[in-house]
Amino acid sequence: MKRYPKNFLRKLYKTMIRMRFCEESLVEPILNGEVGCPVHLYSGEEAIAAGICASLKETDYIFGNHRSHGHFLAKGGSMNELAAEIYCKETGCSRGRGGSMHLIDPDVGMLGSAPIVAGTISLALGAALAASIRKDNRVVVSFFGDGATGEGVLYESLNFSALKKLPIVFACENNLYATHMPIQECRVRNNIYKIGEPFCIESHEIDGNDVLQVYEAGREAIDKCRKGEGPVFLEFLTYRFRGHVGPDDNIQGTHTDIRPKEEMESWLKKDPIKRFERYLLSNNMLDEQVLDIITQEAEKEVITAHSFAKNSPFPDKKELNRYVYKQEASV
Amino acid sequence: MFTNRKLQYSLAINEALHQMMESDPSVFLIGQGVKSPWYVGNTAQGLLERFGVERVIDTPVSENAMTGAAVGAAISGMKPVVVHPRIDFMLYAFDPIINEAANWCYMNGGKASVPVVIWGIINRGGEQAAQHSQALQALFAHIPGLKVVMPSTPYDAKGLMIAAIKDDNPVVYIDDRWLHTLEGEVPEEVYEVAIGKAVIRREGKDVTMAATSYMVHNAMRAAEELARDGISGEVLDIRTVKPLDKQLLLASVKKTGRLVVADGGWKTCGIAAEILAIVLEEAFGYIKSPVVRVTLPDVPAPASSALEKVYYPDSGSIVQAVKKVLSS
Ligand SMILES: Cc1ncc(C[n+]2csc(CCOP(=O)(O)OP(=O)(O)O)c2C)c(N)n1
Ligand SMILES: [Mg+2]
Repeated sequence: MKRYPKNFLRKLYKTMIRMRFCEESLVEPILNGEVGCPVHLYSGEEAIAAGICASLKETDYIFGNHRSHGHFLAKGGSMNELAAEIYCKETGCSRGRGGSMHLIDPDVGMLGSAPIVAGTISLALGAALAASIRKDNRVVVSFFGDGATGEGVLYESLNFSALKKLPIVFACENNLYATHMPIQECRVRNNIYKIGEPFCIESHEIDGNDVLQVYEAGREAIDKCRKGEGPVFLEFLTYRFRGHVGPDDNIQGTHTDIRPKEEMESWLKKDPIKRFERYLLSNNMLDEQVLDIITQEAEKEVITAHSFAKNSPFPDKKELNRYVYKQEASV
Repeated sequence: MFTNRKLQYSLAINEALHQMMESDPSVFLIGQGVKSPWYVGNTAQGLLERFGVERVIDTPVSENAMTGAAVGAAISGMKPVVVHPRIDFMLYAFDPIINEAANWCYMNGGKASVPVVIWGIINRGGEQAAQHSQALQALFAHIPGLKVVMPSTPYDAKGLMIAAIKDDNPVVYIDDRWLHTLEGEVPEEVYEVAIGKAVIRREGKDVTMAATSYMVHNAMRAAEELARDGISGEVLDIRTVKPLDKQLLLASVKKTGRLVVADGGWKTCGIAAEILAIVLEEAFGYIKSPVVRVTLPDVPAPASSALEKVYYPDSGSIVQAVKKVLSS
């Protein structure tokens, strides 16, 4: 069995716990209306963002989609700014103009997220192109869901990235559903990783609920890209624990979560955080006390983030048109 | 027989689809979410059960190809309705809509027609932000070869859907989620509302309020409020933004001599701008005072509800505009 430095394991665990607590802390404010924007929770998929971003440098770039709280946090975005954005406050990372689906922190290489399915894949392609033109040794990760494999732009991006050997990792989070559509109604076979093959892109299918497997696959892919041997396509098999949007897809009074109960229960047993805990404890890699401390710290951070968000001001209505253009100052 | 039956706007669309699919086997519905109320509300209810998966087709997330497929099916003799549960998603389908469908008849010398309905739902508010709030009627109205309709009442929602399906040309049908729960009289039989015809919703003599879609209702509320101040406002429901009913527009403006235009899209190069241009070109001599547009500001939709409140114009914005027009 591979031995990882304790510090590394601690960090990995901490990243996942922070995401989980952050996501779950949003359930109540969504249900009681304090949070009003559409929120797509990442609970259950934490191992992917955590495992991949563990190999990225701060200067590397990522792009996300509508379900990107985890990507933002794993890349180093501040939880305070994340929470404030979800509450649509002026102190949010997008100054309350974007909400949960528009997260950005260029200082740590999080270049943005957007809910147009597959909308940021070609942007990530462009960031990789920029890196290759500048020869600045950056790597770019494009996070998207299985739903995005329906959009043509993914294939156009795969082809061009292969043609130009761009330093980009295509990270597909396959949680088996695109809103109300199970994957078998969208694809003849559930073998997304194969879409890289016709473009001669190295492609792998990974257990996305095993953070160390994600980490290893991500590290290799990122190393390859950094050496000029990219792109790489990674498919991560995972499952979301919450609704497509909101805690349970029932916030509009329509019960639209069509996933079978047994399926949900079987995936809950594969909870990536619990799995990692079991692994750490049973192999004496970290002890319970260490995990407790991390847990308590994360709890505190989440509480702080909510009070920061709640105590922050809403955007000033006189500044409605601020940020339409970069140079434009407030009215 | 006059039945007086009331129906919700969204169910009026639903009834049009049921009746057209029943009477014409070449009509089919394709698009993302047709089997999920989360996407299309109750506009598609019962269709799948009644007409089956061959004619009620829920799709992968592939707007470009699905819209192209609808256009291609139309070229080959079918009458597809392709739905985009948010008009924002339709931007992936600009090529099949604009380059192909809109131009097809002309560039092929009239040898082919494209009887497709491209149905895009405006779904805004609720802090959904810039990519989930847009009202893009002006983009489509700009394109020769497309017709663009925006029903504001349940009656028109049904009648314009039927007319759009029967039309030999690509029709962009734009509804607004904010209208879906609106109730109104809807005859049970099959009927058409003519594409290209506006309608006077309220007669008045002091000022014309020309409005589209949801803004028609704001204009009606404004007219009521203005009436209390002794101002007689005429409300013109544009209904079809392309081809626009110049005749009725000009007749109304010539009568009142004053004009406020209310549209839920952006200001610059928008529907309101087009309406004003028509009036200035063809009724300049009748205009007694400067005209005013009530639109969105040229700003993407903000997330924060604090900003949404000032972003979306309401009946108060129209009242203010009318008072401005009357005082100058
Ligand atoms: C272009 C476009 N079409 C449709 C939608 C509606 N939509 C929102 S999320 C989603 C599915 C996303 O599924 P997936 O990519 O698998 O991500 P997941 O939500 O499962 O994480 C769809 C179709 C959209 N946002 N953008
Ligand atoms: Mg998915």
